Amino acid sequence: MFWEVTQTLLEGFASTVKLFCVTLVAALPLGLIISFGSMSKFKPLKWLCKIFIWIIRGTPLVLQMIIVYYGPGLVANWAQNMQNPNAIITWLASWSVFDRFVAVSVAFIINYACYFSEIFRGGIESIPKGQYEAGQVLGMTKTQIFFKVVLMQVIKRIIPPMSNEIITLVKDTSLARVISVYELIWAGEKFMKLEGLLWPMFYTGAFYLIFCGVLTVLFNKLEKKLDYYRG
Amino acid sequence: MAFLEIKNLVKNFGATEVLKGINFSMEKGEVLAIIGSSGSGKTTLLRCLNYLETASSGEIELDGEKIFDSDVQLSEREIREKRLHFGLVFQQFNLFPQYTAFENITLAPKLALKNGIKTSGVSSAEDVERIALELLEKVGLSDKKDFYPCQLSGGQQQRVAIARALAMSPDILCFDEPTSALDPELTGEVLNVIRSLKSNDSTMIVVTHEMEFAKNVADKVIFMANGIIEEIGNPHEVFENPKSETLKAFLSKALD
Repeated sequence: MFWEVTQTLLEGFASTVKLFCVTLVAALPLGLIISFGSMSKFKPLKWLCKIFIWIIRGTPLVLQMIIVYYGPGLVANWAQNMQNPNAIITWLASWSVFDRFVAVSVAFIINYACYFSEIFRGGIESIPKGQYEAGQVLGMTKTQIFFKVVLMQVIKRIIPPMSNEIITLVKDTSLARVISVYELIWAGEKFMKLEGLLWPMFYTGAFYLIFCGVLTVLFNKLEKKLDYYRG
Repeated sequence: MAFLEIKNLVKNFGATEVLKGINFSMEKGEVLAIIGSSGSGKTTLLRCLNYLETASSGEIELDGEKIFDSDVQLSEREIREKRLHFGLVFQQFNLFPQYTAFENITLAPKLALKNGIKTSGVSSAEDVERIALELLEKVGLSDKKDFYPCQLSGGQQQRVAIARALAMSPDILCFDEPTSALDPELTGEVLNVIRSLKSNDSTMIVVTHEMEFAKNVADKVIFMANGIIEEIGNPHEVFENPKSETLKAFLSKALD
């Protein structure tokens, strides 16, 4: 029985890890882009980003998943009843045949990108102006200053808040079952509902703990690695 | 025609006029000291030369080339090339903390190679590294080559910063209160390095509160007050024979 449960939970865990990886890989660069937007000197872009971040951080992730998954279908329905749907509505409607996993991933990526963007912004704004000026008077381009001088220092500063957020992501993946995407908790729930077994549900905790444990060790290693300098 | 010529330089921050028409010139190989109380515009003047601030009006000419003209809009690339005529050593050193002393010096020249900007005598990464070692030797830090800034004292950091600025071989090296962030016992080593550069015929502009240094090392001294050049002359004239009341008052306080 134990092995049977373990095997089922591992399948759920695989889906959990997949969602985690997809979100992380896409949300990190997207978050950096949004953070640039929210620091832009071009006011409309800055405010657009700020409002977007406010909406995403101000509503539950579950709600966002539901909107991403069911929203396009609603539009499609509406478009069907329209005589002359315009291009935008047709485009939105075409999304209604959404794969569940894709929908969850989109919601997760957008949600986490917004949280990451605020961490990036905090990190970037904490770098003293003198670092930029030193780069400038030495004839570096803005891109070179960012990638060769600032970025490493930002990474060092944001590791603690980032690891916090990334560990939260591990556990947030359990929300995916709300729109019927298979994952670890669901796998445990199956035994509870179908066979009246409670312990497989408790057993899922071990998987989360091990996953987060590995991440914690990795982050500590990274922190140690960047410990060779101060400032 | 002088080597550096500043004509009618004005800088406003909003409604406040920080530089109210600065005019002066200097020759190649000269050391110019700028003194004056805080808020007199000394630092702003240096920052205008280095394009960290854009002057509101006026002109800067170097060796016959127009470096700055408030009527001409320059592209980012042009600004980058023109500002390389000037080097700047900051009060707070501003070394890059994640790089060693050696890497701090070589980073910008290596990137300049990539950008296709020509600095004299440099055509490869090997040249850059050779020059960096020479510069470390010059500022007396050969043994600290692989140290990170946090492992160096303030005086050593500032000497690395000087080497870093020299690595781009600027025509004029500017110092913005290079010893103001240092403990008194460390100022000497930095001032000695600056003094040694003078014997190499470097052209330098030094904003400083070290009156003794200005008196002994500078060829020319400018006293600034309230955004104008109140007095200009050789150290003897400025320090022994101050004409204006503001300079007299400043000197009596500064030399106390």
